[in-house]
Amino acid sequence: MADQDILNTAFEWLAEGRDVALATVVETWGSAPVPGGSQLLVDGQTNFVGSVSGGCVETAVIGEAEEVIRTGQPRMLEYGVTNEMAWEVGLACGGRIKVYVEPIR
Amino acid sequence: MRKESLEQLNACRSANRPCVLFRDLDTHESFVLEPGLHVDEQHAELHELAMQALRTDRCVRRDVRGQDWFVQPFNAPLRLIIIGAVHTGQHLASCALSCGYDVVVVDPRQAFASEARFPGVTLNTEWPDYALEVLSPDTRTALVTLTHDPKLDDPALQAALRSPAFYIGALGSRRTQAARVKRLREAGLGEAEIARLKAPVGLDIGARSPAEIAVSIMAEITQALRKELSADGAD
Repeated sequence: MADQDILNTAFEWLAEGRDVALATVVETWGSAPVPGGSQLLVDGQTNFVGSVSGGCVETAVIGEAEEVIRTGQPRMLEYGVTNEMAWEVGLACGGRIKVYVEPIR
Repeated sequence: MRKESLEQLNACRSANRPCVLFRDLDTHESFVLEPGLHVDEQHAELHELAMQALRTDRCVRRDVRGQDWFVQPFNAPLRLIIIGAVHTGQHLASCALSCGYDVVVVDPRQAFASEARFPGVTLNTEWPDYALEVLSPDTRTALVTLTHDPKLDDPALQAALRSPAFYIGALGSRRTQAARVKRLREAGLGEAEIARLKAPVGLDIGARSPAEIAVSIMAEITQALRKELSADGAD
């Protein structure tokens, strides 16, 4: 199965009148799970397509994206290694990523 | 990003025109640049960045005159041309689709090249030499021959080896390959052209089943794309 085309989906969602935010990995260090440019698309109702990690930080990014949609202000997020014993958001792989989240309007 | 930038990106991509998205991460300004179009002196530096991003197929983040640019390339889609609508071809087509390639299967034997056997794939039932003339492999194209039949494989290989395709592979044993090389020489191909042919096709991972062979071929195509073609991309 081919990956769903994120930018075409963004256009479709906008055409349906949905609010849309786009998260893009802009920097990676170490054993980051996805290459720079990986994207996650979010609407205002917790629907999403794409990914910015191996599933480790998506929930947090979606939460931030909802805020970006609400405020209209882009944000820069950074995620890194976390204590394996802690149930907090982080990258188990030991990498670090920066994610830019912006509204599309 | 403005909706207009998104629309421009999607228009370029649907027309298979490479383009580059620029975003200033401080001011949140964004615009789309198409290589070769509207390059004035002020944008020459950004144009150079765009070309680098497209060439290496990697994003670039760079400070240019105090602006923090994130430069994201959108190359024309990757394409895989498979000669031979055989069982291994079915698995290879689905591997390539998963990896984001447009897939074209060429086989004049219409019983093989059926839509039911190749969902999501463009089927071409012309003879390979004619098909290749129309398909015109470019630098974003890989080609693999799977028929074992020189009548079908050889004309495709001759055309592909003279094209800028980034990967050309042929299924068959070492002995088959030796005979093939002899035929390609007789057809007038030079040693440098013949040396581009990957045969036996695929990475040596001990593959046995058609699906495993498809994985080994897809791995070798990926290696050619990411380690050879984009070798100057380490940023």
